Amino acid sequence: MKVSFNRRHLLGIRDLSAGEITHLLDTAETFRDVSRREIKKVPALRGRTVINLFFEPSTRTRTSFEIAAKRLSADAINISVSTSSVSKGETLLDTARNLEAMAPDCIVVRHSMAGAPNHLARMCNAPIVNAGDGSHEHPTQALLDALTIREYKGRIEGLNVAIIGDILHSRVARSNIYLLTKLGANVRVSGPGTLVPADFGELVEQGLRVERKIEDAIEGADVVMILRIQRERQDAAFFPSMREYAVHYGLHVEHLERATTEAIVMHPGPMNRGIEISSEIADGSRSLILDQVTNGVAVRMAVLYLLAGAHDADSGGKEQKETQL
Amino acid sequence: MKTLIANGYLIDPSQGINTGGKNLLLEKGRVAGVFNRDEPWPEDAEVFDATGLLVAPGFIDMHVHLREPGQEYKETIASGAAAAVAGGWTSICAMPNTDPVNDSPAVTRFVIEQAQRAGLANVFPIGALTKGSGGRELAEMGEMKAAGIVAVSDDGKPVGSSEMMRRAMEYATGFDLTIIDHCQEPSLSKNGVMHEGRWSLILGLKGMPAAAEEVDAVRDCVLAKLTNARVHLAHVSTRGALDAVRRAKELGLRVSCEVAPHHWTLTDEAVSDYDTNTKMSPPLRSRDHVGALLEGLRDGTVDAIATDHAPHHADEKALEFDQAPFGITGLETAVGLAFELVHQGVFDLERLVELCSTNPARIFSLADRGTLRPGAWGDVTILDPDYEWIFDVARSKSKSRNTPFSGRKMKGAAVAAIVAGRVAYLHPEFTRTTAARHQNYQPK
Repeated sequence: MKVSFNRRHLLGIRDLSAGEITHLLDTAETFRDVSRREIKKVPALRGRTVINLFFEPSTRTRTSFEIAAKRLSADAINISVSTSSVSKGETLLDTARNLEAMAPDCIVVRHSMAGAPNHLARMCNAPIVNAGDGSHEHPTQALLDALTIREYKGRIEGLNVAIIGDILHSRVARSNIYLLTKLGANVRVSGPGTLVPADFGELVEQGLRVERKIEDAIEGADVVMILRIQRERQDAAFFPSMREYAVHYGLHVEHLERATTEAIVMHPGPMNRGIEISSEIADGSRSLILDQVTNGVAVRMAVLYLLAGAHDADSGGKEQKETQL
Repeated sequence: MKTLIANGYLIDPSQGINTGGKNLLLEKGRVAGVFNRDEPWPEDAEVFDATGLLVAPGFIDMHVHLREPGQEYKETIASGAAAAVAGGWTSICAMPNTDPVNDSPAVTRFVIEQAQRAGLANVFPIGALTKGSGGRELAEMGEMKAAGIVAVSDDGKPVGSSEMMRRAMEYATGFDLTIIDHCQEPSLSKNGVMHEGRWSLILGLKGMPAAAEEVDAVRDCVLAKLTNARVHLAHVSTRGALDAVRRAKELGLRVSCEVAPHHWTLTDEAVSDYDTNTKMSPPLRSRDHVGALLEGLRDGTVDAIATDHAPHHADEKALEFDQAPFGITGLETAVGLAFELVHQGVFDLERLVELCSTNPARIFSLADRGTLRPGAWGDVTILDPDYEWIFDVARSKSKSRNTPFSGRKMKGAAVAAIVAGRVAYLHPEFTRTTAARHQNYQPK
């Protein structure tokens, strides 16, 4: 297979070209079949080591990366913040360098602070995969969302996508906005004014619009993405109560009447049922929430394969990295 | 000891001098006089050839953090003073946010003594506005003034309470002390790590809105009117804050302000790779604000260029962007960055001297400084506006290395800093070139 993804790290979607994104999605599609087999394992990364370095609690993403690594026959090691030496006062950089000294082929990083993976990528040699950093990016989530949309809609170009909720703090929203607009979709974002700043539309050059009412964002939508709302935001006075949020910004069945008849509904999880999304929708026929999870494994297999394995022939990447230092 | 700074191009806005072919005579640490180059001079004077160079009253940096006492691993008064003279500053004003805070005459005296021991630049301490810069009780301004402070400020810990600021202004008038405020309304800027705008949205970093600075700048101007205090706004970085200063000046209030070189040189886009050497407070702003700073530098709204030299250890800056401390070093890059604006035509050399020497001396009432009048202190900055160089942080005199400007090409530099008639710094390159010049130099 000809590799047209020559990057050393996957830090975000913003820097990727449409071609690179499509290549990642195509690769993920080929790996989707692996998970449907009885023996869910290929030898692609046999003898390679993937470290999942999670500084923030996560069940879904960490498990997904772990399963992806294992289905590629890599050795996957999980390190979570509670067991790490960070609590002993070690810096992020020292933690990463110590792990690097054990020669992993890829480090998957989840961190509560934006830019932490960029920081590591600058200072370490191992390929870094961003598994979500603060409010910055969550590239594999956007890729799995795109894979799911492509599976059900056959394309991304020209689709109307509504993203509803806490846009301001959402790395999922950012990565999705970059990916979808790069591939030609029209994205509208909406939510409370405190969580969807008016100038958010400036995030990308074109294809993004901020709507004050979620009804306007959903009008004619082919895809409706709902984001998780966090209770901490209420304490920080971004909105008055979960009850009011549920009434005015939660997704209800009536909202979907404004969307296209074939519209699909997505949520990156974990869901607050009855708050940002009603159970009727979450469990309804338009919901692809579990498909997203399934596709997550395929996408992460593709990412690990391309970063931890496929650049055997391309040792130039490593040398280049070293000259940058 | 007598020193003749010979045949330089002399600019001293305090006397309206802006002309070439001048000899400046320093005697016993003071200015003895300015003469034409063909006038006789004392034979026992040491001649310092300034042919082709700009001679100005010593530059005064109104805003530096020297970290001593308490954080000597970042900087000491001696290392900061060495960086200062290497950057062309003969005087620096040290902010009080040390450990302990300079809120007492004992700390003030310590700073002055350490500076004297170092014997490089003049160091003028700035006292805290409130005890421990805690924002609750007034610090002993009168006692500190007697010990040698030149202004008061709680820089780095903006004064949240408007009532406290009012009291401080009222009280400071009794000692004719200028109050310096780091304008940043704390509730609006809480947890912010960069300018709030397109780039903070892209990077997912918490922003500090321009409004946080502007709300406090407007407040301070209003309180300056109420109290008739002398108020100086530190490192102004937004259009709105400059507008507030402009209006205050139109009203005849005793309000002044300074701008730091990084704020006009870089925009918030420089943060795009999470380089912690682009993290400072106030933050790098967007293009529109930078444009407003250039206007203010041009039209006179800005009174001074100050570095906000804020050294931090490399280990501290090697943290995640959110965790790294605010601030960059600036003493050795400011003059080069200011010359960029001269070469771009934003302002001329006379204005440069006004911004770096005349006005800072006036705002802090530094007697006999910022001028080359006979009898003034023999503090002189000698500059080569056309000297091309590259800033290399590895050769910095500061103990810290936190600058985004390493590797930057500069045109224009300070080649010597003379403090009280003594050469405190001489650029290595300059020694060589002038040696040759000196031999050819024939006084008439």
